[in-house]
Amino acid sequence: MSDQGVGARVARKEDTRFLTGRGNYCDDINLQNQTYAYFVRSPHAHAQIVKVNTKQAEKAPGVVGILTGADWAADGLGGLICGWAISNKDGSPMKAGAHPALSNDKARYVGDHIAVVIAETPAQARAAAELVDVKYKELDAVVETGKARKRGAPRVHDEIAKNTCYEWAIGDKAATDAAFENAAHITKLNIANNRLVPNPMEPRVALGSYNPAEEHFTLYTTSQNPHVARLILSAFIGIAPENKLRVIAPDVGGGFGSKIYVYAEETVCLWASKRIGGRPVKWTCDRSEAFLCDAHGRDHETKAEMALDSDGKILGLRTHTTANVGAYLSTFASAVPTYLYATLLSGQYNIANIYAEVDTVYTHTAPVDAYRGAGRPEACFVVERLMEVAARETGVDPAELRRRNFVKEFPHQTPVIMCYDAGDFDASLDKAMEMADYAGFEERRKKAARSGKLRGIGFSNYIEACGIAPSAAVGSLGAGVGLWESAEVRVNPVGTVEVLTGSHSHGQGHETTFAQLVSERLGIPLEQVSIVHGDTDKVQMGMGTYGSRSGAVGMTAISKAIDKVEAKARKIASHLMEAAEGDVEFEGGNFTVKGTDKSLAFGEVALAAYVAHNMPEDTEPGLKEGAFHDPSNFTFPAGCHICEVEIDPDTGVTKIVKWTAVDDFGNIINPMIVEGQVHGGIAQGVGQALTEGCVYDADSGQLITGSFMDYCMPRADDLPSFDLGFTTTACPSNPLGIKGCGEAGAIAAPPAVINAITDAIGSEDIAMPATPLAVWNALQANAKQAAE
Amino acid sequence: MPIVTMNVNGKDVSGEVEGRTLLVEFLRENLGLTGTHVGCDTSQCGACVVHVDGKAIKSCSTLALACEGGKVKTIEGVAKNGELHPMQAAFKENHGLQCGFCTPGMVMTGLDIVKRRGKKLKEETVRAELEGNICRCTGYHNIVKAIQDGASKM
Repeated sequence: MSDQGVGARVARKEDTRFLTGRGNYCDDINLQNQTYAYFVRSPHAHAQIVKVNTKQAEKAPGVVGILTGADWAADGLGGLICGWAISNKDGSPMKAGAHPALSNDKARYVGDHIAVVIAETPAQARAAAELVDVKYKELDAVVETGKARKRGAPRVHDEIAKNTCYEWAIGDKAATDAAFENAAHITKLNIANNRLVPNPMEPRVALGSYNPAEEHFTLYTTSQNPHVARLILSAFIGIAPENKLRVIAPDVGGGFGSKIYVYAEETVCLWASKRIGGRPVKWTCDRSEAFLCDAHGRDHETKAEMALDSDGKILGLRTHTTANVGAYLSTFASAVPTYLYATLLSGQYNIANIYAEVDTVYTHTAPVDAYRGAGRPEACFVVERLMEVAARETGVDPAELRRRNFVKEFPHQTPVIMCYDAGDFDASLDKAMEMADYAGFEERRKKAARSGKLRGIGFSNYIEACGIAPSAAVGSLGAGVGLWESAEVRVNPVGTVEVLTGSHSHGQGHETTFAQLVSERLGIPLEQVSIVHGDTDKVQMGMGTYGSRSGAVGMTAISKAIDKVEAKARKIASHLMEAAEGDVEFEGGNFTVKGTDKSLAFGEVALAAYVAHNMPEDTEPGLKEGAFHDPSNFTFPAGCHICEVEIDPDTGVTKIVKWTAVDDFGNIINPMIVEGQVHGGIAQGVGQALTEGCVYDADSGQLITGSFMDYCMPRADDLPSFDLGFTTTACPSNPLGIKGCGEAGAIAAPPAVINAITDAIGSEDIAMPATPLAVWNALQANAKQAAE
Repeated sequence: MPIVTMNVNGKDVSGEVEGRTLLVEFLRENLGLTGTHVGCDTSQCGACVVHVDGKAIKSCSTLALACEGGKVKTIEGVAKNGELHPMQAAFKENHGLQCGFCTPGMVMTGLDIVKRRGKKLKEETVRAELEGNICRCTGYHNIVKAIQDGASKM
């Protein structure tokens, strides 16, 4: 390993610009003659739009144009789409309600888009929007997940009965039911996976610009996948053909899933720029709008049962989940509670029989889609809570019960599609227990009790599936796109390198890790490698960054392109050194003829390729190669997180006193960056467990938690420092042996926290977020029960 | 419209503003200093923290006109002669940033913490002092380390 290559803790190349205020985020970009958009949004969760009167607003100072749902409809454009078709149990297709960019008939959630006001300044646009007179006929709303399918519930989409998008199932029902018949013990839990608001720190921005002379559109947008955005805006919504639409996602300030999707705002800004005659239209989301309209995450209600035999071996798992997708089906919403969720219900365990049913419902709330982990945190929560409760009910140590059920041989085919290719779950459990000093816990519990505190410990042995693939497989499951990745490695005549990647970095540090791979492979310094991403005019095509796929899929594409560059360079070097290719070695950036002192540096070969005075026969000049990589399988990061808490029974305040995380991500390119990903994931998972919960008023559908003052983001003093460890089984499904690390913490953390809290307070269950009030109430209930 | 005059990063500047123009708007729109960010609309997230007359303030809830004659330092004014300030360097070395959006506010707050609490900072002190800054990427682990490390090297 070099000090800059694979495995090195290299400081990030991108940091200097972020640390000196030189980042280039969407809102930092301004175009000549630009206008500003402000959206008129529904104040009602459900209402008929009777009339939109824009007359007064049009006369307001600075107004350039006002566009409504009627204008959108008049232009014959398509609606926003969902790119994953799920089939019902009976094989019939799911029901996706129409999703116009500007609503023309009904408002279906608070914040739904009714009109856009475009003006010379942001303040003028906002002021004029106040003058748009929308006459609504208010209607009853259905807000809560559990009420969507109830008889008489108001319909979100008139044509969709019981507000049901689909009724889906996976697994063998008869075999699973039979396994439960033979169980020695059955553990049952009702689980709510709380709705979350992703809240990347950079709010979304869209800057659309139409050039009438070229009939060409440019969109600057806060996207995790600009090529996917272009595809949807072009092929499905019909704004412009792809060759007439450039999408640029420059520095993007966090995504966590919420910037995967194509939303109404960027669609409208792009279209509006043409509608107002070609002036650029900029929209900058404020945080209050982000709470209302960014796609939310989670929101499942699940009845779960686990059947065990008398030795504590799991015989079967049975679940029924109701998943809330909000008012409209967002870009990948349908896949989250199905193929990203139920396929992980086997956890780290050998479970012969699993049957999972999922009913996905519409409500008058913001759309719900993938948020860090996307389905996998919900699955992990079900499995790891059941495991913990089963251990307590059967009197077996929670670590021991897990160990008895671990998958130990690979590959392992689960009954729910996934085929785990590699792992060592004992190794991560052992290491985590040692790092957490599990053996010393009871002493610590007693010590805490002496000072009036309740101490608890909780395990979470998670597994996730990353790098969703191969394309043919996801296609057969209903995905509208393939999930490969592309790369192009351009060697310049002087031997410096530009890598064009379809992955997108919005905090993950690709400019560094991807360059480390190139530096290692081509033997050139990190400074001589530049990573180019986020611009559809530069990078031909790509699928973007989500689902912890950029290492396993994106870097593998780069590696394959490097293979081709190296092969061509070797051919040229052999020719120049008059040696057989088989006699030429490439190491440390030099081609050498075995057993001689003949040597050519990589840069010299690159120059020869471009000068092209002396090339091998049938070899084209230049040194530039591209590759597409379509993985052969998902990757399966897994590990063990142990959370130790101390609770003050007088206040209900939970303090995390120790966090141990042992993860198996396969091979690691930059441990410093990987650790950072784990820290951030844990923080979001702890947020879900302790502080965060998106709350709508159950009757009116008004968003109660609509700002950072109401929605409790974890802050520095809510969290501990984390103890991290790693075990490694290389991933056999890609040549780099990488599994992915971006979501692990967010998946692992919630059950670890809740298992620790319930252990501390002696309750079977507590709902998330386990706020001080919730914990205090649970303690009071326990005390009351004990008294009776 | 009134004209506001102030010194920003050592340079005297002035510009036409409305009475309601916020300091962050003046910095970003009038002066093109886009390193100062807006991450919320309730003065909670701290992405907009700058120093005015030596004190850390949230520029999203300060009127530009209220800074008339003031001395303002933004993230663009922290590095000197192309060299990162020790606090900035510590963020880089400790991987105290990921997406970078909250980072300018974190650095400006970090500098303010050192000014008020000294160069030997305990972890609890830094965590408590970061009450007004939200980061969604890092889990704060490396930000806390970076501020402690940066402080010790100032």
